[in-house]
Amino acid sequence: MLNEIFPNELPRALQQMLERDEADGPAALPRRSFLKIVGIGGLALGAFPHLALAQEANGAAAAPLKPTQQPSAFVQIAPNGEVTVTINRLEFGQGVQTALPMILAEELDADWSLVRSRNGSNDAAYMDPAFGIHLTGGSNTIKNSYTQYRELGARARAMLLSAAAARWNVDVASLRTQAGMVLGPEGRKASYGELAEAAMAMPVPEQITLKDPKDFRIIGQATTRIDAKAKSSGQQDFGIDMHLPGQLTAVVARPPVFGARIASLDDSAARATKGVKAVLRVPLDGGAEGVAVVADGYWQAKLARDALKVEWNTSTVEKVDSEKQLAQYRELASQPGPLHFDADMTPLASAPHQLDAEFVFPYLAHAPMEPLNCTVQLAQDSAQLWVGTQFPGGDGAAAAKVLNLKPEQIQVNVQTAGGGFGRRGVPTNDFVVMACEVAKAARTAGVNAPIRTLWSREDDIKSGYYRPMHLHRARIGFDDSGKVLAWDHALVGQSIITGTVFGGRVKNGIDPTATEGMRNPYPLPMRLTVHHPKLNVPVLWWRSVGSTHTAFVMETLIDEIARTTKQDPVAYRMKLFGDQSPRHREALQLAVDKSEYGKRQLAAGRAWGVAVHESFSSVVAYVVEASVQDGRPVLHNVTAGVHCNLVVNPRSVEAQVQGAALMGLSMCLPGGAVTLKDGVVQQSNFADFSVPRITDMPEFAVHIVPSAEPPTGMGEPGLPALAPAFANAVASLTGKPLRELPFKLV
Amino acid sequence: MSALNINGREYTVDVDPGTPILWTLRDTLGMTGTKFGCGAALCGACTVHLDGQAIRSCVTPIAAAVGKKITTIEAATNGSDPVGSAVHDAWVKHDVAQCGYCQSGQIMSATAFLKAQPKGKQPTVAEIDSAMAGNICRCGTYARIRAAVADAAKTLA
Repeated sequence: MLNEIFPNELPRALQQMLERDEADGPAALPRRSFLKIVGIGGLALGAFPHLALAQEANGAAAAPLKPTQQPSAFVQIAPNGEVTVTINRLEFGQGVQTALPMILAEELDADWSLVRSRNGSNDAAYMDPAFGIHLTGGSNTIKNSYTQYRELGARARAMLLSAAAARWNVDVASLRTQAGMVLGPEGRKASYGELAEAAMAMPVPEQITLKDPKDFRIIGQATTRIDAKAKSSGQQDFGIDMHLPGQLTAVVARPPVFGARIASLDDSAARATKGVKAVLRVPLDGGAEGVAVVADGYWQAKLARDALKVEWNTSTVEKVDSEKQLAQYRELASQPGPLHFDADMTPLASAPHQLDAEFVFPYLAHAPMEPLNCTVQLAQDSAQLWVGTQFPGGDGAAAAKVLNLKPEQIQVNVQTAGGGFGRRGVPTNDFVVMACEVAKAARTAGVNAPIRTLWSREDDIKSGYYRPMHLHRARIGFDDSGKVLAWDHALVGQSIITGTVFGGRVKNGIDPTATEGMRNPYPLPMRLTVHHPKLNVPVLWWRSVGSTHTAFVMETLIDEIARTTKQDPVAYRMKLFGDQSPRHREALQLAVDKSEYGKRQLAAGRAWGVAVHESFSSVVAYVVEASVQDGRPVLHNVTAGVHCNLVVNPRSVEAQVQGAALMGLSMCLPGGAVTLKDGVVQQSNFADFSVPRITDMPEFAVHIVPSAEPPTGMGEPGLPALAPAFANAVASLTGKPLRELPFKLV
Repeated sequence: MSALNINGREYTVDVDPGTPILWTLRDTLGMTGTKFGCGAALCGACTVHLDGQAIRSCVTPIAAAVGKKITTIEAATNGSDPVGSAVHDAWVKHDVAQCGYCQSGQIMSATAFLKAQPKGKQPTVAEIDSAMAGNICRCGTYARIRAAVADAAKTLA
């Protein structure tokens, strides 16, 4: 998500967010540094200070380095040589916890076996260096922090070299480094651990020289995750595992319909439940109201919540019904509206071939395996939060507003998270705000303990936020050669960012997170009309955002034109690319070559399917094999061709492609939908909002196009092309296109 | 007061006998390696062994564990159990985890499955899939889970 945000827009977005708190203006931008060097019992390299002036090697003052450029915030070297690298993003499966240290360790010339990793916070040092806000999203971590972490490593290395030169009284030019050691003339050597204390006192150099990529020995190597052992032994702590002395757990009863409030509450049985400390009315997202139960542990809190007798006033709130909503969207699709693309539609009526198609995509829950949670500890003039969040800065500012504090009085301790897929990056900061409301209400009621507010799986599935439901309608005219003469397209779906801090990106009434992936990269004469109906169902980005639906529409329709005009779908796409889109060509060609598409005889009943899509600056192509068994589409085999420029950790890219593809598969399989009836979400847990299991996992090979260009991200781009490749294979078996997700029986 | 045997150690806990094993482990005893995913025996994140059988601790009350032996991820992968160790090593070798949240449950299911395999028998992919089908991984690590279970079986053969 957010890949189209221009860097100069984002600081303003953050500023607007802060200005919502009228007491504090832009002057309240977080500037305090609360980095504390703890936990390794050793010395931190440059233990101070974001605001220290960088100095040239000759000692002359230079321009100050930004907090995001200060090695002190990112590198600690213990006397035993352990190098701990702080990550400026949320680790929630995508592997930045390993990739960012790899990048830094490369330029530091560290001994990889001694490299560790730790989480950051809402400190200014950990802002995205390109966007200027705290953000994990849009597959941006490696793209935006590659050079940053190289420079951090190079600066730290230069300080170690200076320390060694001073110790041995030799010219720094006579020194070199190798795997955590400084080597000098006459066989002198010293480990980074030995030099760390002296290096702390050295000036932070502004000018540094980065390695020639041909000398890389860490970047590009297939590397096992730093957290692999901890995550294979129950030793990895997540936000949900936070445990402070005296900590209590809260669960919140929410209304059955979005936005409803309490009509009457009988909490006598809940209060009588063993272990219950407080029952509190709390304001919820979207003007709703809920009842928080605070207890010793989750089980007591849940039992007490079950014992609440609440009547909800739902009479005045909108009650969305999926069937009626679909009819409304169909009606909207035939209305004029704002145009995202425009072209001459006159050739449509006389085109030799005409294709009319309607696509329907449901709401989708993110359903990360770790249920949402946030632990809040209030003090007199400050508060600490422990939370797995993609937006620690925005969440901290929102917490400050709820708690009547200044943003710099909130410390957000980012916790390793059990998945997220967009759900932990919420412009309304919903689950963090709720946890702060609970802590505030508890304190008012005399309960001063730290409180972990924890969601049940039912809370997660039933309470939003969702990938918006969408309807697409296309009318396409083309000739016998497959040349598209006119493509008239309507897209209907709620806007994700309108009314949020990112709302400035909505132009001409069109939300770019809904249209991303349309038309690109095909040179098509397209008119694209966009409608964003307003409904009270909370919506949000879901791994790969707009491309979750636009790639399906584009890649199945392109395939259908190829089928209708009796052209090979790979050859047809290559013809459309022409000399343009070299990364699309290379990714698709690699998948074709490795899969032996069209050359290898498939097992009886199977067909090939192909799709390719660019999202978040990376391109992924799939060649798949699928069949239909008892009317049910089955995916057997997937070959991926990936173009993400230079690869930091190929092992991680493979994992991200497989994982994103499987999330793409979750859109296709039965149970991959959230629906509403009379305002009530119809699904509640993994029994009725089902996700793929190991039995759904196809054979899967990932191949990467070699490249030396600056890296692009891989958290999301593996998702979009999977579903259309699967659908295309099924359509070539049945002759009937699949235009609704999840797939119906064929 | 209930007496529980967890990882070979006796504990006395003052919780209602209807309390699920999961919350007794996590909130009462502070053993957080066992994870909460769904609360309804649908996802397998909370899998532990009860007398060697893989069970869903989110729906199994402690009353059902009295007089039996509970084994959790902490003990299965601490080096004392050859099967658990083989599974742990294979998980690391294949770099299975992404977010890692479901992996305690995955490893407990895999360990129970391999303990029940006849000595020297290499499970088929279908058998592995069947044994692991109760454990959801939203990150989609299934290809590596498959490979790791097969590899662990090989090292134990």
